[in-house]
Amino acid sequence: MREVAILGIGQTQFGELWDRSFREIGIEAGFKALESSKLSSKDLSALYIGNMASGAFIDQEHVGPLVLDYSGLAGHHFPSVRVEAGEASGAMALAQAYLAVASGEHDFVVVGGAEKMTDVPDDRGAAIASSTMDQEWERVFGASMASLWALAARRHMIDHGTKREDFARISVLDHENGSKNPLAHFRNKISLDAVLAANPVASPLGMLDCAPFSDGAAALVLGPLESARKYTDTPIRIAASQIATDFVALMHRKDVTTVESTVVAARRAYQRAKIEPSKIHLAEIHDAYSIGGLMALEDLGFYRKGTAGKALSDGEIGNGARLTINSSGGLKAQGQPFGAVGIAQVVEIVRQLRGEAGPRQVSGQEVGLTHNLGGTGATSIVHVLTRVN
Amino acid sequence: MTVARFWRETLRRYNLGASKCPECQAVFFPPRSVCPNCSVHRKSLTKMEACQLSGRGEVYSYTTVHEAADGFEMQVPYVLALVKMAEGPMLTGQIVDVDPKDIREGLPVRATFRRLRADGDDGVIHYGYKFALENGAAAKK
Repeated sequence: MREVAILGIGQTQFGELWDRSFREIGIEAGFKALESSKLSSKDLSALYIGNMASGAFIDQEHVGPLVLDYSGLAGHHFPSVRVEAGEASGAMALAQAYLAVASGEHDFVVVGGAEKMTDVPDDRGAAIASSTMDQEWERVFGASMASLWALAARRHMIDHGTKREDFARISVLDHENGSKNPLAHFRNKISLDAVLAANPVASPLGMLDCAPFSDGAAALVLGPLESARKYTDTPIRIAASQIATDFVALMHRKDVTTVESTVVAARRAYQRAKIEPSKIHLAEIHDAYSIGGLMALEDLGFYRKGTAGKALSDGEIGNGARLTINSSGGLKAQGQPFGAVGIAQVVEIVRQLRGEAGPRQVSGQEVGLTHNLGGTGATSIVHVLTRVN
Repeated sequence: MTVARFWRETLRRYNLGASKCPECQAVFFPPRSVCPNCSVHRKSLTKMEACQLSGRGEVYSYTTVHEAADGFEMQVPYVLALVKMAEGPMLTGQIVDVDPKDIREGLPVRATFRRLRADGDDGVIHYGYKFALENGAAAKK
């Protein structure tokens, strides 16, 4: 296996993109990524696309060749692989593309993530979003995604003394960061009081604890590290790409206050990257629901179980603090186009490590982590990225 | 959801049909054909024993749902809970006939046969388990 580097990044606006189609945003992200490297499309030999539910959202399956086709590459006939792992589809596509390059089968590939979510009414969107839970034993009994995270939140409060305000602060942080990201779905700051007073969705979670449905796409160009300098001045090394899984239904997990797949994926990633979590100060974490962000801080090993709430209220977490999370705005503010989330997280860490994050730049970071989750944690994918000096 | 897709699970949804591993004695709901606890999985394959849950359990976690899941719009606000059953498995289900303010972890509940949801205006009505507090449970609290 050889080392793999990220040579280019691209991302579209996230939000309600009424005038843009699925294929348009996919192509835009891909070409932006290609343009930011010195590669051209003739150098590529494969395309990977993370997408969760194009069949349900826009009645279009077979999006691998579709995006390839409208990128003008149909005549090249190279493989185009659509990857699905629920909301972790983006990171799962990256993990597959990483293996393809690491193995030597492919040299240069584009890996993108895209989702077009606003072409269906809101209630239909919520139903599609619920498709990553167990349909027969959760959904049929009245579970929504928010309600499952609410069940985890309530038990976290019971077992660990976590307070309602603790996870509300995740949303406040996300919006603070999103206000500095021109590509974010939401660019308004919100107060802690606003999160606490928002309309209830599934107690203790309210509307501002839940990430929006967004349209959007993001893309990366990958290649072997050994020749990376030919194509970019600032290659970013993929130091670890690790996937872990668990029971699909929340009720079957050993402990609903811990996403064990995240614990395992992180542990494997730290071993592979030869790094301790205490040495990581920059991360993009999956917080489709605010409580999920708090749990990720613990499950990734940044804080012991039951102590992330205090760290949040003590101000240890925030841009330029001991730990910077979701400088992009996270899922809550940057937005949540399912298949694009895992790729957009990597795009943001690459920007930070290259020093290209503008007003939200955090200085002096050599390493960053991304955490992308499917369902309530049946799939967790952790990537560790480092600068190349 | 088609008629057949719901119908084929009625034994579980109506009668709490479960399964038990002959190796480690763990009980699973819904029933599993392989035991996830036993390290040699093939030992349990084809040997899992059918059994039935008593319907008794206690509240492990709970939420009051205000933004309904698809098909449950007429029921808001409703209480959804994780219920730890006496035999071991955890189930996800609604708690009915209760003021949401009275729900606490640890309260004893019993499964009750209820209408879950209808498949649109002219579709099949789905039935299955919900939970109700054991008599006087809330008052005792």
